[in-house]
Amino acid sequence: MTEIFGVPVVVILGQLMLGLVNGAFYAMLSLGLAVIFGLMGVVNFAHGAFYALGSFAALLGLQLLGINYWAGLVLAPLIVALLGMAIERLLLRHLYRVDPLYGLLLTFGVALIIEGTLQQLFGSSGQSYPVPAALAGAVNLGFMILPKYRAWVIAASITVCFSTWFLIERTRLGATLRAARENGPLLQAFGVNVPVLLTLTYGGGVALAALAGVLAAPVILVTPQMGSSLVTVVFAVVVIGGMGSILGAIVSGLGLGIIEGFTKVIYPEASNIVVYVIMALVLILRPAGLFGRE
Amino acid sequence: MQPRKVLYTIAVACAICIPLTGLYPVFVMKLMCLAIFACSYNLLLGFCGMLSFGHAAFFGTAAYATGWLMTARHCGVGVSILGGILAAALLGLVIGLLAIRRHGIYFAMVTLALAQLVYFVCLEAPFTGGENGLQGVGRGALFGIISLKSDVTLYYLVFAAFVAVFAFIERVVHSPFGQVLKAIRENEQRAVSLGYEINRYKLAAFVLSASLAGLGGSLKTLVLGFVTLSDVSQGASGEVILMTLLGGIGTFFGPVLGAAIVVTLQEYLSDLVGGWVTVIIGAIFVACVLTFRRGIVGALAAVVKRR
Repeated sequence: MTEIFGVPVVVILGQLMLGLVNGAFYAMLSLGLAVIFGLMGVVNFAHGAFYALGSFAALLGLQLLGINYWAGLVLAPLIVALLGMAIERLLLRHLYRVDPLYGLLLTFGVALIIEGTLQQLFGSSGQSYPVPAALAGAVNLGFMILPKYRAWVIAASITVCFSTWFLIERTRLGATLRAARENGPLLQAFGVNVPVLLTLTYGGGVALAALAGVLAAPVILVTPQMGSSLVTVVFAVVVIGGMGSILGAIVSGLGLGIIEGFTKVIYPEASNIVVYVIMALVLILRPAGLFGRE
Repeated sequence: MQPRKVLYTIAVACAICIPLTGLYPVFVMKLMCLAIFACSYNLLLGFCGMLSFGHAAFFGTAAYATGWLMTARHCGVGVSILGGILAAALLGLVIGLLAIRRHGIYFAMVTLALAQLVYFVCLEAPFTGGENGLQGVGRGALFGIISLKSDVTLYYLVFAAFVAVFAFIERVVHSPFGQVLKAIRENEQRAVSLGYEINRYKLAAFVLSASLAGLGGSLKTLVLGFVTLSDVSQGASGEVILMTLLGGIGTFFGPVLGAAIVVTLQEYLSDLVGGWVTVIIGAIFVACVLTFRRGIVGALAAVVKRR
């Protein structure tokens, strides 16, 4: 059997695969953060909480109403996005004119409320979501075993990420959204309903987080804390990619997932911190982030 | 006498009498440690306008350093506390150097991420006891003479430290250095154009704030006799923000009041509502940000001024 640094190649490939799956989640979450920040100027601390809500919505849908995975993939993000839009309408809206730091603090409070409520309702022990039948099992590629569900997660996430990038950077709707950020009052004077646009943007970003939550449900343990432990990593990913850069969020999310997976092979103790160390290096060498413009 | 001085005199007199009233001294001491933490945080947020989302890293690191020095190295109380402050200051220097390269929300996110790095180091390092933390840290004797076993003696030590920190911060803010910090908070570009090396000032403020937060953490180890991972966690960083915000950002007494309210809530509310405390804390956060951005002391000061 071939080995690199004394580690069998199969193990390395397996870890890289896991890393890529994690990277897919990082990419989707940091993309949602980048969309919300880039188009609204809000740092959404509640992003991890919405991710957890997405998982719980899918899980409850399955347990209580028998809604299957594929329907859950559509319905759960929709429901969570509605909640997100309600929060934007009722709370976040009042803070657009003050320092953006207050938006960060408000969403931090929202995250505590959501996670605390989930904790009280479902306890902190995790629940698992069954892998849908169509994606169960694995394919033997000859050089490694590829579980079908993980391949699906990676493919789905990359598709979603690049469609979002296309929507915002290459379509008329995206241009309008960017114009709203550039000069809201002027766009409003042209007859565009800017407040509704902002609500929809927030809903869209939140839906991305919830979708990541549903995708993650079958491969992780669904717990109330699943988001809060992820959100700081995602923040670091966003700093590395360059805040507000959509392509930066996608590329650095996937890349850092792979690097993390690789670190698990060569030096497992550092796998939790490697993302933060890279962030520190990026701050020293390129403070605006890899894809950011100052 | 100014009304402010009258108020301070009354507050100090009350605090001196607390051990005589039978109010549980450990609770009051814990409160004072967190008040020191909140005041140090306010020095950074309130007077320099820098929102750090990772201040628990300094509080917790100093707490661990003090605990480690006392248990593993059998150092004296004074040395252990100084060691804790030094550890926090060094960490503050490193994190500060990285974080002040960015402003505003970026600064907040960078401090958050670096604090998470510190958290993972504390989780895995051999000298922190991992998930268990450091247990059974004794109190020892100050300078090897004054035994701190009695709650009352320790109370006066913690109280003295608290008064010293409070007075020190007031002194710093009113010094020329503090005025420059305020100028940077108000208008960074203008401060640059006036010829100030703003990054040096910001770094100095950051290290100062980290060291004082460290003092709070070291004292807390001494008071409670243990250090746990929650002292370096993101939750603790959030709490200190809440204390400052609730009491009044940029006021002198606000963080103290905020710390008192938050610690009391956690202590007594958790008996009443159990795990819902997190939800209530979150709701207070939301309510504060939406309706009460000046905080309690800030709002009171505004009322007094209007009269």
